[in-house]
Amino acid sequence: MNEVPLVEVRDLTKDYAEGENVARVLKGVQLTVAQGELVALLGPSGSGKSTLLNILGTLMRPTSGSVRVLGQSLVGAEDLVLTEFRNRHIGFVFQAHLLLPDFTALENVMFPAAARHGRERHTDRARASELLDRVGLSDRRDYLASQLSGGQKQRVAVARSLMNAPELVLADEPTGNLDRESADRVMQLLIDINSSDGTGFLISTHDENIAARCQRQIYMADGRIADDRR
Amino acid sequence: MLYSIKIATRYLTATRGQSLLLVVGVAVGVYVFVFMSALIGGLAVLLIDRTVGSIAHVIVEPPDRNPVLLQEVPGALLAVLKSSQQRPTLQSAAAYLPVIEATPHVSVVVGKLLGNGFMVKGEAVAPVQITGIEDKDISAIADIDSSLVAGSSELMLGTAVIGSGLAESLGVGVGQSLVIRSERNVEQSITIGGIFELGLAAIDEAAVYLNIRAARVLLALPEGLSRYEVKLDDLQQARSVAEDLRARTGLKATAWQDQNAQLLEGLTAQARSGDLIKGFALVTIIIGIASALLLSTYRRQSEIGIMRAMGASRGFVVTVFVIQGAIVGLAGGVLGAGLGFLSLLPFPPPEMTSGGGLPVDYRQGAYGAAIALTLAGAIAASIWPAYTASRIDPVKAIGP
Ligand SMILES: Nc1ncnc2c1ncn2[C@@H]1O[C@H](COP(=O)(O)OP(=O)(O)O)[C@@H](O)[C@H]1O
Ligand SMILES: [Mg+2]
Repeated sequence: MNEVPLVEVRDLTKDYAEGENVARVLKGVQLTVAQGELVALLGPSGSGKSTLLNILGTLMRPTSGSVRVLGQSLVGAEDLVLTEFRNRHIGFVFQAHLLLPDFTALENVMFPAAARHGRERHTDRARASELLDRVGLSDRRDYLASQLSGGQKQRVAVARSLMNAPELVLADEPTGNLDRESADRVMQLLIDINSSDGTGFLISTHDENIAARCQRQIYMADGRIADDRR
Repeated sequence: MLYSIKIATRYLTATRGQSLLLVVGVAVGVYVFVFMSALIGGLAVLLIDRTVGSIAHVIVEPPDRNPVLLQEVPGALLAVLKSSQQRPTLQSAAAYLPVIEATPHVSVVVGKLLGNGFMVKGEAVAPVQITGIEDKDISAIADIDSSLVAGSSELMLGTAVIGSGLAESLGVGVGQSLVIRSERNVEQSITIGGIFELGLAAIDEAAVYLNIRAARVLLALPEGLSRYEVKLDDLQQARSVAEDLRARTGLKATAWQDQNAQLLEGLTAQARSGDLIKGFALVTIIIGIASALLLSTYRRQSEIGIMRAMGASRGFVVTVFVIQGAIVGLAGGVLGAGLGFLSLLPFPPPEMTSGGGLPVDYRQGAYGAAIALTLAGAIAASIWPAYTASRIDPVKAIGP
């Protein structure tokens, strides 16, 4: 394939200052993910999964190494450039669903488009409505986010992550707070979107069952990639 | 912009009670601002009306006599100083009258003969200021007629109209006779024809009005006048009219503002203390809005983090919080100014009150300034919270 990789990480390190000391959390990560891949990120708690996802999502800057998403180097870019980049190319689903509680499900889904255009366009409203339909929440469209259940909120978050049709969705333990049934439903949703839209996913999880449903499993341990299975 | 307005209003309406409280707090500050403006403005109107209503707007008198150089001696000056005994008089006063009357804005011109003296009643002696005036002119400058507390204001040859404070200190009433002695050592016996009370201590305690013909004898000034006193149709024109009169007559002409440095100083000091209170009101508004918004950035920390992660720029976050401040400022400003106007409306303007009531002037509430300053203050107050919000680290806000 001649296509530019979705993610290309070389010699990535990340240090956190802990008081006087510096803790190295990522210790030289090498990673390439092709466009449209569905990847599970596994590993014990504290192994550096969230840190890696945050760096890929341009929410955090690496200490050293190179990070490219869709061929673009994100090291050292200005905040506004990074903000615009993640708005267009990266979707997020967090563990604690994190919606805007005073806004309706539809408004939450629309947010990335509205932030981009400075207003809520009709076409965006239609697309958000369609996405809510797709995650099975068309009947909850005008509910405030604070009035939804945990599973429903996470499905709204999934719909929101797709709003600007990103090439990459980063999901940090998206099923961590959900019961078995809701977790399965959300996971199935991600798999369906991957196969129908070709959106690339990086999903961190503790759940081997969930990981088994992905095309590729990357195991992290102590700040390094310990295993990479397809 | 449109979208940040939507988010800002949603944030404000989501915490309806708190927002309402904040707006009311701002409105109270604005109300104080408006009320102080109306009060200071009203007091000024009242003071000017009371004072300027009883004095001349422009005084035209002979120029100050410069010290006359007697002899040129090297290294020394020998001069005659101004005599305090001999007041300069307008010798050919009548010639000036048509000129003064023809000057624009001049509405009333009254000629006066002035002098000092004493009134003696038995053991009691009081220093007095003697004003000789035509009988018809007695109420032209100060409204003696309507300030009478006893007798009549008619000035006959042997009668005097005096201030109430003076009457009291001499222990005399209408119809009683006493002796008046001038600075030129001329004595006359006169009868009290009327007693007035203007409410201005300086006049009430020393003024004696005499018929001008009686005053000429008493002050040994068979002809001429001490000064002309002029009333204008527009108070504020006094200085330019004085200028005009100086040019037309070559005499000394002084506007009321320059005769009453203390009044003007008092008004300025009053305005300054009013500004101070208004300034405090504004500072309170700014602190209130800033602290409320800062609290809101804390409470919404994780939401701001999400918005940033979803691709909202720092500028967008700043706009959302500045707009919240602006909305609170505008709402509080309009509410406060509106309530201020409504509560001031029942008060009659100070120049119409007969005294006693609060001298607030609803026309001087400075409503527009109050709203504009509040809006500007609110926007200024929101800049720090907005900046703080825009610097929130999305990773920390989103949490593990
Ligand atoms: N902001 C931070 N400051 C200091 N240490 C941190 C911070 N965030 C994470 N860490 C540490 O980095 C390590 C990796 O954390 P994380 O990337 O969250 O791992 P995982 O998601 O795999 O549990 C942990 O030891 C954690 O304590
Ligand atoms: Mg984690």
